[in-house]
Amino acid sequence: MIPAAFAYFRPTNVKEALTLLDQYKDEAKLLAGGHSLIPLMKLRLAQPRYVIDLGRVRELEYIRESGDQVLIGAMTRHVAVETSDLLRQRCPLLAETASVIGDAQVRNMGTIGGSLAHADPAADYPAAILALDAEMRAVSSQGERWIRAEDFFVDMLTTALQPGELLVEIKVPALPPRTGTAYVKVAQKASGFALCGVAVVLTMDQQGVCQHAAVGITGVAPKAYRARAVEQALRGQKLDASVMAAASAKAAEGIDPLEDLHASAEYRAHLARVFCRRALEQAHARI
Amino acid sequence: MAKKFVGERVPRVEDQRLITGRSQYVDDIVRPRMVYAAIVRSIYAHARLKGINVEAARRAPGVIAVFTGEDVREAIGPVPVASRLPDLKIPRHPVLAVEKVRYVGEPVAVVVAEDRYQARDAVDLIEVEYEPLEAVVDPERAIAEGAPILHEEFGTNVAFVWQLSGGDIERAFRDAEVVVSQRMVNQRVIPVAMEPRGVVAEYHPGEGQLTVWTSTQIPHLLRTQLAAMLGLAENRVRVIAPEVGGGFGSKLNVYAEEALVGYLAMRLGRPVKWIETRRENFLSTIHGRGQIAEVEAAVKRDGTVLGLRYKIIQDVGAYHQFFTPGVPTLTGLMAVGPYKIPHVHFEVTGVFTNKIATDAYRGAGRPEATYMLERMMDRIARELGLDPAEVRMRNFPQPDEFPFPTASGLAYDSGNYSQALRRALELVGYEKLRREQQVLRQQGRYLGIGISTYVEICAIGPSPALPFGGWESATVRVEPTGKVTVLSGASPHGQGQETSFAQIVADELGVDLSDVRVIHGDTAIVQYGIGTFGSRATAVGGTAVYGAVQKVKEKATRLAAHLLGEENVANVAFEAGQFFLKDRPERRLTFQEVALAAYLAKSLPSGMEPGLEASYFFEPSNFTFPFGAHIAVVEVDPETGEVHFRRYVAVDDCGRVINPMLVDGQVHGGIVQALGQALLEEAVYDENGQLLTGELTDYAIPKATDVPWLETDRTETPSPVNPLGVKGVGEAGTIAATPAIVNAVVDALAPLGIRHLDMPLRPEKVWRAIRGA
Ligand SMILES: Cc1cc2nc3c(=O)[nH]c(=O)nc-3n(C[C@H](O)[C@H](O)[C@H](O)COP(=O)(O)OP(=O)(O)OC[C@H]3O[C@@H](n4cnc5c(N)ncnc54)[C@H](O)[C@@H]3O)c2cc1C
Repeated sequence: MIPAAFAYFRPTNVKEALTLLDQYKDEAKLLAGGHSLIPLMKLRLAQPRYVIDLGRVRELEYIRESGDQVLIGAMTRHVAVETSDLLRQRCPLLAETASVIGDAQVRNMGTIGGSLAHADPAADYPAAILALDAEMRAVSSQGERWIRAEDFFVDMLTTALQPGELLVEIKVPALPPRTGTAYVKVAQKASGFALCGVAVVLTMDQQGVCQHAAVGITGVAPKAYRARAVEQALRGQKLDASVMAAASAKAAEGIDPLEDLHASAEYRAHLARVFCRRALEQAHARI
Repeated sequence: MAKKFVGERVPRVEDQRLITGRSQYVDDIVRPRMVYAAIVRSIYAHARLKGINVEAARRAPGVIAVFTGEDVREAIGPVPVASRLPDLKIPRHPVLAVEKVRYVGEPVAVVVAEDRYQARDAVDLIEVEYEPLEAVVDPERAIAEGAPILHEEFGTNVAFVWQLSGGDIERAFRDAEVVVSQRMVNQRVIPVAMEPRGVVAEYHPGEGQLTVWTSTQIPHLLRTQLAAMLGLAENRVRVIAPEVGGGFGSKLNVYAEEALVGYLAMRLGRPVKWIETRRENFLSTIHGRGQIAEVEAAVKRDGTVLGLRYKIIQDVGAYHQFFTPGVPTLTGLMAVGPYKIPHVHFEVTGVFTNKIATDAYRGAGRPEATYMLERMMDRIARELGLDPAEVRMRNFPQPDEFPFPTASGLAYDSGNYSQALRRALELVGYEKLRREQQVLRQQGRYLGIGISTYVEICAIGPSPALPFGGWESATVRVEPTGKVTVLSGASPHGQGQETSFAQIVADELGVDLSDVRVIHGDTAIVQYGIGTFGSRATAVGGTAVYGAVQKVKEKATRLAAHLLGEENVANVAFEAGQFFLKDRPERRLTFQEVALAAYLAKSLPSGMEPGLEASYFFEPSNFTFPFGAHIAVVEVDPETGEVHFRRYVAVDDCGRVINPMLVDGQVHGGIVQALGQALLEEAVYDENGQLLTGELTDYAIPKATDVPWLETDRTETPSPVNPLGVKGVGEAGTIAATPAIVNAVVDALAPLGIRHLDMPLRPEKVWRAIRGA
């Protein structure tokens, strides 16, 4: 497990990192927590000539409130998301999602920015990021832009980030009252990644009618997706077990599920439906 | 009274260094001017080697040398096989492939460079020209008409056929009221020791000595083999097993790399290190299990089992490793398990396939036997409408029938099988659980209770049963200060015998545990020994320690008598580290005083040699046969097929217990590995012989969160085979637990008419079975 030779840089701020990125372009790789990149380098599936370690870019490690949004720096470790009081109060879905990523060692090292930029089809965050309609801020030497969650995940291991762009911040909404959320996951037993993970955001009105429903599903398809048909079947409805069960039946609608050693496409689609229902029930119970 | 240690939960003396990161594994060893080897491995499962171009690699930065199979075929003998069977086909197994490769991961060439990065870089520069051949991965296909042949010289992929018969199997089936049969697959699994293999070798030209540090369970046996492979005198080879980070049988072997790295060190005149990557470990360290079985049982309606017929295919892999052909013979020997089954016929066909060899993996053949038999007992119970506990009880021999002769030709030393099962049933609350199961079934919930009663064969073994000796050795050396050094021929690698052997010695000599040091694993320090495997280290190696310490005591007592001016040695008592005269207890000497006197040698009885040490080679008269009963309670989620544990109860009888904490540790670890095989693990190859589960991201071993609370208990039936009364417990968990878990899952699904599922019981498989039911 020996990587190929590479040159190593350790910038201390975003500006330095961007300069290096401009200089080395696609021969360079950003290193965040290293928990996806380093395994690939050890197997020589990734052989970057230059590694730009963001570990000392402290300005990217924060979780703070801004109006009715919570802003999270890209270098924030999973453990910080998991244990953040602010997130637990204002956006518990993200904290819950972080709490089931890998194990303690992984959560101590892995970062939210790294996880999103890597876009593993079985990563946990993307389900929550989609369900929350989060936005990602990318900067480059040319300037900066916000990317909506729906546009961010392009394909397996591919995001909307352009070469030379650095993901710096994630913006999630502080959740309104009468909102319940849940992230439910079944792990692929070897890797710990999601065989299926379902994130749910439900907001009800005073009368108990579903005003807003968002369902993000990861692990099932080449990229995490929003289960629009499920959402549609919930919106405007009084939610009970049978409504939620009926809606969940649409969790894999229009999806071409992954098929591999660990699960067939058919089983993945089935898991999406089962865990969608369970996540809905849990979110509903938490309102 | 001095403190007694045997029987106490003494914390492991090994733990301090292990937990604080101060133990020395092979990769921690650094020698002056050391260089690094990296191995080029076959990317094809079956191919002809047309040519290897090493020129670019030779010129690469830091590269010192490159060798191919052709370069070393004269210099290094083939990888040896210890086990022998009638008509066994033994293909030549070169350390680096020549002419043909037969599995993905087979070593093809080796690069040596100044550092490990340069060595690894150069591997990519070696161009191997292959002519791919059709591969055969499935052993049933390998013996079918027209299958590609791995070793053309044999004209067949059948490596051996081995049979064992006891009683009259035809009669059993004639007398049977019911015949129950089942096909079962015991899938290939990967041992996954935490520390992969690794070798450092250094040649000292002045002394003409080759020193090999290697992660092994058998340093002495390995030394003998390496000397032969390299054409060296055995007393010029020193093998050192430093801290070994787990073996589970995977390091009970002689590997190509061990000889190859030794050769490189001699040839290049520099110390050489090679450390296996996890991927290499998965591809080219032995796998375990790999049996396909057809089992038939001849039974009476009351549940009495008259006979068993087994027809088994053993997946051998591409070549034999050290014990490959021997492993399924252990399955045969244990084919009647803990039952009084008078008739048995067992036939196993070993088959070459384009995969790494199978060999001993924790339990080695016995888990396979127990799995088949315990699945059969449940199948029989269901077929006859009897309770599975009752069917087992009905077939046990009674305690007064021991030593119990089995149809497979063994003599079980001692046992009380029904007591262990009764204890387990009590602990789990069996009757109540069965009632609860009924209630839950009404609610559409699937609770399952799985029983496994087992007997295993340990303390391996009497010398006639092994290709080399089956004894073990020990030296107990009392130093002039009275500190005690124990040199054990066993080679523990996680089992904790540095502690348990010290407990035995401390009690016998009345010294403190901290006064005893146990040394093992270095052939230049320790007298010849056999090693640690087959749950033998305590029963055979511990008995050797016990024997040596008796000799020391005897000599020390004679010396004490002399020093106390007593002519009659029988009048000298030795208690709590003090020698005294029975009739004048005030006349006494401490053990330390006597030890010093033995070395100062100012006054010794006539004819007595100075010094105080003794060696003992213990030859066991029989195996030992630990036994027990495990019960798993699971609930199956019918929606997802997931298996959730409710309870796990294990009652094990491993004879007398030296250290209950070590026994618990062994039982826990064994159950966890069994859980892995039952629910998660499988080495999956595609039809071209590529290992799909080639990394820990794809090959699932149990994590702490997968393991239920393990409720362990014991009965204690001493073994008459050795003076300590111990039996062995290293493999019990792996042997007992797999069928307990599978039986529980199948029991849960019984209302759906499901009778059998092959391991691993991953959720999707269970879900499909439920859906198809
Ligand atoms: C044993 C293990 C178990 C795991 N289990 C899980 C799990 O259960 N669920 C789960 O979701 N994940 C899991 N992971 C992955 C883990 O969460 C990783 O931390 C995460 O996927 C990547 O984050 P990182 O900070 O380690 O990124 P790195 O590995 O450092 O980088 C990943 C990729 O993102 C790029 N990158 C990093 N930061 C930026 C940035 N700011 N801007 C642009 N590009 C960037 C890198 O160049 C690289 O290509 C596991 C990992 C391991 C090793």
